[in-house]
Amino acid sequence: MADDIKPRLRVPASAKKGEVIEIKTLITHPMETGQRKDADGKLVPRLIVNSLVVTYNGKPVLNAKLEPAVSANPYLAFFLKVEESGTLKFTWTDDDKQSWSAESKIEVA
Amino acid sequence: MALAGTLVARNAFATADQAKDWLAALAKGAPKDGKVTLKAPEIAENGNAVPLTVSVDSPMNDTSYVKAIYIAADGNPNPGVSVFEFTPLSGKAEIALRVRLQQTQKLVAVAEMNDGALFTASREIKVTIGGCGG
Repeated sequence: MADDIKPRLRVPASAKKGEVIEIKTLITHPMETGQRKDADGKLVPRLIVNSLVVTYNGKPVLNAKLEPAVSANPYLAFFLKVEESGTLKFTWTDDDKQSWSAESKIEVA
Repeated sequence: MALAGTLVARNAFATADQAKDWLAALAKGAPKDGKVTLKAPEIAENGNAVPLTVSVDSPMNDTSYVKAIYIAADGNPNPGVSVFEFTPLSGKAEIALRVRLQQTQKLVAVAEMNDGALFTASREIKVTIGGCGG
């Protein structure tokens, strides 16, 4: 079901100290709402990415809790204030407790 | 497939009260109008992916920041849309996402500040083709 799932990131590789940068993320996931019926008229069980946790050098940046009202291939864009070089870490989790992680490094110039 | 969806009986939709209750369970207190901005198209042709940006006016520093943004919709099968928790590290209290809207309805966002103050804003979006399966 939830195979072929790939996180995608757009994170600047460098930033000035104190700069607020935009982070864009997307994960390819069908986000089955549990409302949809298949060709036989049976309800397709709910299977969504319900969480995205983002940390920078281990410190929390964003904790997103998603409901079925979030579109398939959930796209989220948000901001980060960069005070030091570090690693931005992303972890998505779905209803089956499957999770996907991604990392991106940011250099403070 | 979207067309077939309109021909079969559907689950009941959430109501404005359910959306309010869903928000009230998360953000306790009486939200005031202001500080919150919802950006979305006035008319969404495709309810499967309606771009939505919610931003909150806040300095986002250690003494004053937005702790969370709660988003609900009053015309989908379930009222909840999402919850976003921020920290001062966010730098800016803004989130952009894409949402599914089954029909023309109102989106409501509530922002919770670190001191517990609540602010809210809402926006009606007209939907041409609904986006909850079918």
